[in-house]
This record gives sequence, structure tokens and C-alpha cells, in this order.
Amino acid sequence: MHRFDLDKNSVRELNQALHEHNGSKENSTWMVTNPKGKHAVAVGIDAPLEVTINGHVGYYCAGMNKQGRVVIDGNAGPGVAENMMSGLVRVTGSASQYAGATAHGGLLVIEGNASSRCGISMKGIDIVVRGSVGQMSAFMAQKGRLVICGDAGNALGDSLYEARIYVKGDVAGLGADCVEKPMTAEHEQELSELLEQAGVTGITVADFRRYGSARKLYNFDIDNVDAY
Amino acid sequence: MCGIVGLFSKSPAIENHLGELVSRMLIEMSERGPDSTGIAVYRDQAPGTMTKVTLLSRALEFDWETMAGEINRVFPGHNRVVPMENHAVVTTAARPARLREWIAREYPELHVNSTGAAIEIYKEKGLPSDVIKRFGVAQMQGTHALGHTRMATESAVTTEHSHPFSTGEDLCLVHNGSLSNHNRLRGFLKRRGIEFNTDNDSEVAAGYLTWRLREGMSLDEALQAALHDLDGFFTFAIGTGNGFAVLRDPIACKPAVMAETADWVAMASEYRAIAVLPGADRAERWEPEPAKVYSWSH
Repeated sequence: MHRFDLDKNSVRELNQALHEHNGSKENSTWMVTNPKGKHAVAVGIDAPLEVTINGHVGYYCAGMNKQGRVVIDGNAGPGVAENMMSGLVRVTGSASQYAGATAHGGLLVIEGNASSRCGISMKGIDIVVRGSVGQMSAFMAQKGRLVICGDAGNALGDSLYEARIYVKGDVAGLGADCVEKPMTAEHEQELSELLEQAGVTGITVADFRRYGSARKLYNFDIDNVDAY
Repeated sequence: MCGIVGLFSKSPAIENHLGELVSRMLIEMSERGPDSTGIAVYRDQAPGTMTKVTLLSRALEFDWETMAGEINRVFPGHNRVVPMENHAVVTTAARPARLREWIAREYPELHVNSTGAAIEIYKEKGLPSDVIKRFGVAQMQGTHALGHTRMATESAVTTEHSHPFSTGEDLCLVHNGSLSNHNRLRGFLKRRGIEFNTDNDSEVAAGYLTWRLREGMSLDEALQAALHDLDGFFTFAIGTGNGFAVLRDPIACKPAVMAETADWVAMASEYRAIAVLPGADRAERWEPEPAKVYSWSH
């Protein structure tokens, strides 16, 4: 196992060491200690590395991750796993604002709560939150699935495109054009697969409700094509 | 972008090291605001009904000794003037409003940073590490403190534009964000007798709280009203004589994190400023919710 102490070496040195394996099939394990809220820890990985970060991280941890499996054993600051392409990012604590923002793929698991704007503009990532999410989550979400095992804050799924949202608890309010949709066997199947991948157990899929786009906003109206 | 920190002591051990701890928190926020640094520290309660006034000299050289003599002549009593670089803390029996008036008339080169029984405000252009060293902040003891590192966006980089802004007796405010209705609100408040020293938006937020408190609202009520009347982005930390409060706007895009142990309560723009505190890794930690008033008092 590679060990990296951020009290002794810089984040830049850590990321450089990780990037040396980019494009390879290297699957070594890494233990990063003393992150102490530092920014951009373990960003830009492009190899199936197994990275554990022991402590709380600041902004943009595991951003742009591709293939890597990053576990944050603590809380994450704003923008964890932003722009992730593939792989896994797991936060054992809670995450701050805009977790998984604009991410194209992979799985983000947050075992605690996520703050506001979780999954904003998500483009294909799957996000499973064991707790609750804050306001404006999945704002302009385009593709992927957001699973919320707790409650959702105000304006959930505002201006949604094709992403699917599953919520077990209460929804404080839906955003513009976001509506509840029926749970079919297909959706229960999809949800139970996501929960299994996330390692979330003891939850009944039948308790969830599904939300998606009503497709009524300007962009969805074919008549508006004449404007161009 | 700016950095804000607040530390509230719940034990004598923290009080003894308050300055050192809050200095470490502020230095951690240097990148968020390298333009200027300010700190409000609550310590050495003035005896009886006396008031502490922190003054800032606009002139590089200022004769504090002569001024102390003048204070004793005009306001007879046990006045004490303790200079600290271009600042001085005056402990006086004079009523704050009268002293303020007299200073404005006789010493226009002086700026009143704060008045109150315990508050002292030090602020200056430059990096936290430099400003902290200059005013000996790390050696200060006290019950609680707020700090600010400024990255200026909407007004000039001067000492007077620096935070914290005093909002009344023993009250001050630090702000991360920007207000969009500050011009109109400044005019509204000026017509109601609130004075402003700068064109800074955060000073308007401070003036707004001063006005609301003057009109009889409690701090919690004034902060609730601020949610309605202030348009823009803000995370505020507000220091009071015996505690502090935190408020984020309803959108809450300006970061804030809080933590609490048996010995202290802390807030900061980022967790890394809290990570320097003893026992931070075992503290209860959370992100303050939008549009919710959090407050602590001794």
C-alpha cells in the first residue's frame, strides 16, 4: 500500500503521484492521511486506483475522477466528485454543497447528508445519499439517477431534463417542471440495483417515490423551434 | 470571496489561548482574502459602567499621549489610553455617543472601530499573518473572537473598508458575500440617522442591524428581518457582548461550516480553519442551514 501524509507532502505531490498511473491498468491501494480540509485532494485520477482518504477534505475532492475508487473517511467540502466520469467516490460522513456537480458517470455514495444543490447539472452520474439533501438538488439535472434515502429540501429537480430522482422521505417542495411519476417494476428494479451497488441495506424500495421532468418548459416545446 | 472565522470559548483553557487559536484559524483563510485582515476580540471587560473605544488613526504617526491628556481634560475621570500601533483602546467613563461626537470634531483623522464594554476591533490592509503579528493578536486572551480576511469585490481596499464592522455597543459583523441593494438601503438608513464611513456593502448590513436594534428588536429578530430586507449573498458572523450568531442567506452559496466540542464553538468559511483547533477531529460538525439564525451566548 502507498501511504501519503499530507502533513509531510503537498496535495500537488499527491495528485502528481496519482497521475503517474493515468491511462494504465494500475490498481494499487493508497492511504492518504491528514487531509485537514485541504482542497482538490485526489483529483484527476484516470486509473483503477483504490484511494482511501482518512479525514475531512475541503473543496473539489476526487473531482474529474475516472475509474478510480476513492473513499473519503470523513466529511467532504463543496464540489466532491464534481465532473466525475466513471469509478466510485464514497463519503462516509456528510458532503457540502454541489456534490457530484456536472458529473458524467460513475457512482457517488454519501453515507451522511448532502447539502444544497446536490447533483446540480448532473449528466449521467448516479448519486446515492443515505441521509437527506438540501435545497435545489438536481437543479437542471440532465441524466443519471439521484437516490435520496432521507428528505429533500426545497425546489427539488428544478428545470430537470432526463435525470431520475428517487426519494424515500419528505420533499419540502418541487422545483419548476419537476413532478412525481409512478414507480413501476422497472423503477423498483433500477432502484434496488443502485442501493445494492452503493452498499445501502435495510431500506425498502417500495417506500420510495419517483420524480422526473414534466417536460413542459420552453426547451421541451417543439413550437419554440421556430424561434431559430 | 472572503474568509470568516469565529471562536467562542466554553472553557478557561480556550480563553487563555483565544488569540493564538483564532490567529491560526485566520491564517488558514489567507487565500480566501489576502487584501485585508480584521479581528474583533472580546476581552478585559471595562469596570462598572465604563466603555472601551477602539480607535484607528488614518495618519501613520499619531500622538496618542497628547490625545490622552485632552480626554482627561474634557472627560475628567479614570480614562486610560493604550496605544497599539496605529490603533488605541480608550477605556473611559464618558458616554460613547459624546466621546464619538468629540472625536469626530477634534480628531477627524481618527476612526472609531468599536465601542462597548468588552469589544476591541483591529483591522488593517495586508495578509493575516502580518496583521496578526503587528497587533499581537496571538497573545490576546478573551472569551470570543471573530475574524475576517477580505478579497475585495465591490469597493476599495483600504483599512476602513476592512471588516469587522461595528454595529453598535459590543456588536460587530463580518461578511462573506455581496449585497445588491446596498445603495438604496444606505440611503434609507442615512435618513434614519445611521452614519456610514465608506461605500462598502457590508457596512450597510452592519448599519442595518444597528438600526433594527435601536428600534427595539432583539438580535435574533433583527437577523430574521435582515433575511427579508437584504438582497444578495451573505454568510454573516455577528459578535455580541456575550456570544455570537451566524446567518446565511436563503440561497446559501457562500460557504460556512460549524463545529462544537465541550470546550468551544467555532464557525469558519471552510473546515480547514476549524481543523487547527484542539479536538476538531472529534467535534460535532455541521453546515449551517440557509436562512436560519444560529446563536450562542455565555
